[in-house]
Amino acid sequence: MAALSKSWATKSGFGWMAIVFWALLAVLPLIGFIHEDPSFDYYMFMGQSMLIYGIAVLGLNLLIGFNGQISLGHSAFFAVGAYTTAILMNFAGIPYWATIPIAGLVCFGAGFLFGFPALKLEGHYLALATFTLAIAVPQLLKYKAIAGWTGGVGGVLLDKPDPPFDLPLSADQFLYYLCLIVAMAMFWIVFNLLRGRSGRAMMAIRDHAMAAGTMGIDTGLYKTLTFGISAAITGVAGALSAITVAYVAPDSFTLQLSVSFLVGLVIGGIASLPGCLVGGAFIVLVQNSSQSISDWMKVTFALRYDVPAWAIYGILLLVLMYFMPSGLMGGATALKEKLFGRSAKDDAASDSATVRSSHGD
Amino acid sequence: MEFFIQQTAAGLTSGAIYACVALGLVMIYVSTDHINFAQGEMAMFATYIAWMLIDAGVPFWLAFGLTALIAFVGGLLIQRFILKPLETAPVLALVVCFIALLSIFNALAGMIWSYTIKQFPSPFPQYDISGHGLVSVQQLGVVAVTLVMLGILTVFFRYTTLGLAMRAAAQNASSARLMGVRVSWMLALGWGLAAAIGSIAGMLVAPIVFLDPNMMTGILVYGFAGALVGGIGNPMGAVAGGFIVGVLENLVGSYIIGNELKLTFALVVVVGVLILKPAGLFGQIIVKRV
Amino acid sequence: MTIRRRGILTTGAAVGLTLGIGPARAAKKYGPGVTDTEIKIGQTMPYSGNASAYGVAGRCQAAYFRMINEAGGINGRKINFISLDDGYSPPKTVELARQLVERDQVLLLFYCLGTQTNTAIHKYMNQKKVPHLFLATGASKWGNPKDFPWSMGWSPDYHTEGSIYGKHILANAKDPKIGILRQNDDMGNDYLDGVKEGLAAVWKHVVADVTYEATDPTVDSQILQLRASGANILLNISTPKFAAQAIKKIAEIGWKPTHYLMSVAASVGAVIKPAGMENAQGIITAQYAKDVTDPAWATSPDFIAWNAFMDKWNPTANKLEGSNVTGYASAVTLVEVLKRCGDELTRENVMKQAASLKKLEVPLLLPGVLINTGPNDFYPIQSVRMARFEGDHWVLFGDLLSRDAEA
Repeated sequence: MAALSKSWATKSGFGWMAIVFWALLAVLPLIGFIHEDPSFDYYMFMGQSMLIYGIAVLGLNLLIGFNGQISLGHSAFFAVGAYTTAILMNFAGIPYWATIPIAGLVCFGAGFLFGFPALKLEGHYLALATFTLAIAVPQLLKYKAIAGWTGGVGGVLLDKPDPPFDLPLSADQFLYYLCLIVAMAMFWIVFNLLRGRSGRAMMAIRDHAMAAGTMGIDTGLYKTLTFGISAAITGVAGALSAITVAYVAPDSFTLQLSVSFLVGLVIGGIASLPGCLVGGAFIVLVQNSSQSISDWMKVTFALRYDVPAWAIYGILLLVLMYFMPSGLMGGATALKEKLFGRSAKDDAASDSATVRSSHGD
Repeated sequence: MEFFIQQTAAGLTSGAIYACVALGLVMIYVSTDHINFAQGEMAMFATYIAWMLIDAGVPFWLAFGLTALIAFVGGLLIQRFILKPLETAPVLALVVCFIALLSIFNALAGMIWSYTIKQFPSPFPQYDISGHGLVSVQQLGVVAVTLVMLGILTVFFRYTTLGLAMRAAAQNASSARLMGVRVSWMLALGWGLAAAIGSIAGMLVAPIVFLDPNMMTGILVYGFAGALVGGIGNPMGAVAGGFIVGVLENLVGSYIIGNELKLTFALVVVVGVLILKPAGLFGQIIVKRV
Repeated sequence: MTIRRRGILTTGAAVGLTLGIGPARAAKKYGPGVTDTEIKIGQTMPYSGNASAYGVAGRCQAAYFRMINEAGGINGRKINFISLDDGYSPPKTVELARQLVERDQVLLLFYCLGTQTNTAIHKYMNQKKVPHLFLATGASKWGNPKDFPWSMGWSPDYHTEGSIYGKHILANAKDPKIGILRQNDDMGNDYLDGVKEGLAAVWKHVVADVTYEATDPTVDSQILQLRASGANILLNISTPKFAAQAIKKIAEIGWKPTHYLMSVAASVGAVIKPAGMENAQGIITAQYAKDVTDPAWATSPDFIAWNAFMDKWNPTANKLEGSNVTGYASAVTLVEVLKRCGDELTRENVMKQAASLKKLEVPLLLPGVLINTGPNDFYPIQSVRMARFEGDHWVLFGDLLSRDAEA
């Protein structure tokens, strides 16, 4: 994994490890043809969710990891993306695939606009202001003036798309590929953005805003743009989620969702691109495994009570943060350095482990 | 007019609750420079401990004091054992730890005490002094206790050596260390105090909203809003902010936009205030040297 | 088991029980999740999140199935009950329902809780043709066998209850000025629609319709708005915690409206007791299940059986919580359906049996409240009785009411 992060971040391009990794993800659904398993579609659905959360975390990471603006409100953009898709499919009859870029554009607009007030705020204040966004959006979605479009408290039911062109795929295999293609596109965009001038400007602002300003970087413009792009990417994830779940409702986009994005981001690794996918997988897997651990404990120790899965989830988070405060990707990098020593080529990768001390700023 | 006065009074009393919670948030911010998302759940957990003590026959005020003490020790231990190892970790890692603590406390409370609401006794008589449902003694009590806490905290942070040392430790750890302040212990002390204040807020709130594991989730949002409006580094501002948010949401909800969007509107106000005065209405902008 | 069977025998359901087994015994036919020794059943429940207070029902049902298994199971098959926490979040429900249906291969989903959460899997369950039975939500959309032949509710739908309150108001109030307090969610909306139906003639008498959000700390401001509107009748469509707050606040400010409290929030243990019994005198509700605090039931066999079950199998639960009654009664209903399936435990037969319950008596439902279903009737319970809170329990009054009978 460490090697993956390194090659991903090298300046030479996407890196062969990344290509192998994406190719593996692309081959996965084909297992369904060789290995008959009635639950295969379910695993494909899990794969879709992981990719979707991975994209959402990518959007958040662009903002937090590479630009230093903290957001606890990305569930709001996820919701806006999902509702854009739902409304367009439901009322305008626009095909599902065409709604994805529109959802991205709408969220770009929303994020860009929110980026302006965000300019005035820093650190904790920004975190709390975006926190309020996450709280407000589910209530706005229920508001009766727009209930005709959003379905109010009942939400909007959608039809799950079938594979086009008579492809010999199940609906879930197809949707997995849809998510995968969109994910690859998003990672490719972010990757190219980051290695260009704009990426360096974003990171310069993160590392030292004032210095970046004196060097002639328009910090305001870059910060609002980053907010917009970040929201757009998360909104695209929301659009995909509306298509794969085939239902949107206000209860789906609570603050809890924002919190899981943030947890996924930190666990995967701040400012690490492969970390985003790790984080996306973590979001989906950890809840299920907490439940399994809870069941296992109950049986093994013959407990009278259920050990609540969320307590186990919390303990898991604490343990992970204790041993790998810079996330799984950061932890992997650190482990590799410990084992093999530090090589010069790793410099780029150490970006991902950038530690911003809690008392430093 | 009577309706207006009633809604304002109702706003002030919910404002007192928000102020109380905001005070706990400010406390931890001033003494550790962090925003503790688990503050509400810690308060809730402590309130359950008080409930158990009272249920076992301990007199109210004794249980009140004991719980604040237990919460203080609990906060201290959390800092020493869970957060101290992470002192050098990225700030977001700490946020994840707060989220973890929040999950743990909420889930444990649900397991131990179930999610059914419980009645929490109030130290104040239930009757209404105005005769119009305007202000009950209970509500006045909450306001009084909040103001007393505010007074004590202001004196503590302004005029005592310990209070000053705690602020120094939070704002500039390395300079404070050079001045001979034991920074790590100051942080632990801050956590203990914040937990104790939180537990007092919980015990004041519980008779009004009923005790359940999710008791503080809604209130915490308003507490944040109050703290932000007033200035999160300023106890006095946070209390004022809590009252402002409470009154504003009630009046706006009753007169202008209806109840569905009153929280949303309150939040818009918060963001608006922040844009105009980034450090809150009563906050001071700390000039950072680069 | 012996205790429970005595309960059923005396309530007379055993007749149906023996009849059901006979014809199916001939050939064994199993659907997914069934073997000679096991029947797999799935469930999604909010054990965490805003609605976690309802998780009590899932725990009670798990205990009940343990008891059934201990006593030999259903026709020799043990129930493997997989109840998962969806945190009341629709996408999570979709994920868990797919896990249960596709990976765990359950025979059916039982008593999944919540309207938005069940809506999220409504289409899926019907496309997959998996029984989606006895749902813990009162929305009326679950009784639509023409378009959704695999989904069925259980309790009286919100429409039924709402229209019954409406009729009671019409019959009893001279100058009705109605104020409505409701949670701004699908449950609140559905109730409101039902009340509108029942109140069609006097809808103009509604003077205030006030909502609150599940995230609000209190409903104090809303109660003051309602009083200021001049209402003399309060329709309280809120969830347990807010219902308790409202009851207490109303008493505190000395307001005395005729107070109708919807049945979801009428649990003595979870609402009335915390709010203060003295504050709840005279409140009116509708009931289909027995209030276990009512001394009138203390000697009824079904209550004794339930009490013994709670003591032995669910000792950590609070008996005063209404969910322990509805959870138990719905689990009994499911076990009855599975018994009637005999050895033909296919998904089709489960739906067929569930849709042919005739005058089934279920323990802890009020006398006269019978479960009736048919190929075109997917509303198992449709009758209720009005009750008024007096002293420390609900006192029934009036006749058995149902929307159908009066329509």
